[in-house]
Amino acid sequence: MYDFNHHRPGSIDAAASALSGADDGKILAGGMTLIPTLKQRLASPSDLVDLGAIGELKGICEEGGAVVVGAMTTHAAVAKDATVKAKIPALAHLAEGIGDAQVRNCGTIGGSIANNDPAADYPAALVGLGATVRTNKREIAADDFFTGMFETALDDGEIITAVAFPVPEKAGYAKFANPASRYAIVGVMVATGPAGTRVAVTGAGPCVFRLSDAESALGSGISADAVANVSVAADGLNSDLHASSEYRANLVNVMLRRAAAAAG
Amino acid sequence: MPTVSMTVNGRAVTGEVEGRTLLVQFLREQLSLTGTHVGCDTSQCGACVVHVDGESIKSCTMLAQQADGTEVTTIEGLASNGGLHPMQEAFREHHGLQCGFCTPGMVMSAVDLLNKNPNPDEGEIREWLEGNICRCTGYHNIVKAIQSAAENMRG
Ligand SMILES: Cc1cc2nc3c(=O)[nH]c(=O)nc-3n(C[C@H](O)[C@H](O)[C@H](O)COP(=O)(O)OP(=O)(O)OC[C@H]3O[C@@H](n4cnc5c(N)ncnc54)[C@H](O)[C@@H]3O)c2cc1C
Ligand code: FES
Ligand code: FES
Repeated sequence: MYDFNHHRPGSIDAAASALSGADDGKILAGGMTLIPTLKQRLASPSDLVDLGAIGELKGICEEGGAVVVGAMTTHAAVAKDATVKAKIPALAHLAEGIGDAQVRNCGTIGGSIANNDPAADYPAALVGLGATVRTNKREIAADDFFTGMFETALDDGEIITAVAFPVPEKAGYAKFANPASRYAIVGVMVATGPAGTRVAVTGAGPCVFRLSDAESALGSGISADAVANVSVAADGLNSDLHASSEYRANLVNVMLRRAAAAAG
Repeated sequence: MPTVSMTVNGRAVTGEVEGRTLLVQFLREQLSLTGTHVGCDTSQCGACVVHVDGESIKSCTMLAQQADGTEVTTIEGLASNGGLHPMQEAFREHHGLQCGFCTPGMVMSAVDLLNKNPNPDEGEIREWLEGNICRCTGYHNIVKAIQSAAENMRG
């Protein structure tokens, strides 16, 4: 790891000016992806702006029909939060299934979605539940936020401050986890509520995507039977040492049925 | 060079670090607390698990400066008055270790589990140990040790 200057600002504004004042500044959240990346020298920022001391980025609240999760809220905090468990149990279940206990104690929702790993869980939650990403500059709908493999709509130096999830009537998440890392080989979120009936798939392709065939099949009620015959083509899906694209295509149907059953 | 201050095993410590200094380097190299091990250095194995403000974390994937101002507990901080912590005692009693390399991280992780769930079943223990890898034991006796410690600690 090359050395860098470490900043620990106390407010979002101070973080933004530390970033704009740096030659090549980068945001540090839980460090679960960024520190391994620095160790491998895949990134060598001049400055790290650590969001860990900014209280207003942490915590969960209810706001007019939505559950709002601060960007620096850890996966462990989401998993055990009483509001999340009561309003969106599928989201608590998803957070509880990320990585391992120590990763969940450090990793944050903001870091996870900014990174947009194709196998990460949260992108399926944001797109499936029709969430809105709040930054220090604007609000971005989840459908527009995830733009490609490890790519998002964020500008340089833009800071995610929170994610607002509209409370669904029903939601369910199922993933087939990589047995070593627990990243999603395929994960599916099914939800119906103020954002309509939505189905989001992570892990299968280069970036989270919606499955419109499944969304229409679930239009008259959420059940595993309704999506029994929904299939996706293997073309364009990920193929790697963990699973071939054909295997992933089959898993999409299996996880879709499990998520629908969990939601129904 | 930047300075960090924290409480480690109840003792206030201060030291100079680089931006890139990891918490585990600070503990091992500056404080000579070599009970915390580095197995993989890639956030996978859990040999480096310590508690920061009461939560178990991988100290190979936290900067020393991220732990500035916190309370850190390492394996050296568990024993009190010369007696082993009940978790350490249970690992000894149930042969929960062979080479011992993973043991400090296993013990620190297991103590965090019991803090949160004093009565875990076998499945919950195995699930919790997802982030701790042992090359020797096959985990069986580690699980037994944690079950037994849970019983003893509930009293
Ligand atoms: C062993 C292991 C297993 C894992 N398993 C899973 C899994 O099963 N499922 C899963 O989904 N994930 C998994 N992860 C990833 C983990 O969940 C973290 O969420 C993820 O690494 C990033 O979050 P972080 O807070 O650690 O971010 P960091 O590593 O600190 O940052 C990641 C990136 O996001 C940027 N960033 C961070 N916060 C913000 C912000 N507020 N605004 C703008 N940009 C920001 C940073 O600049 C950096 O580029 C695993 C990680 C490890 C190490
Ligand atoms: S040394 Fe930290 S997880 Fe392996
Ligand atoms: S006892 Fe040898 S690695 Fe666990």
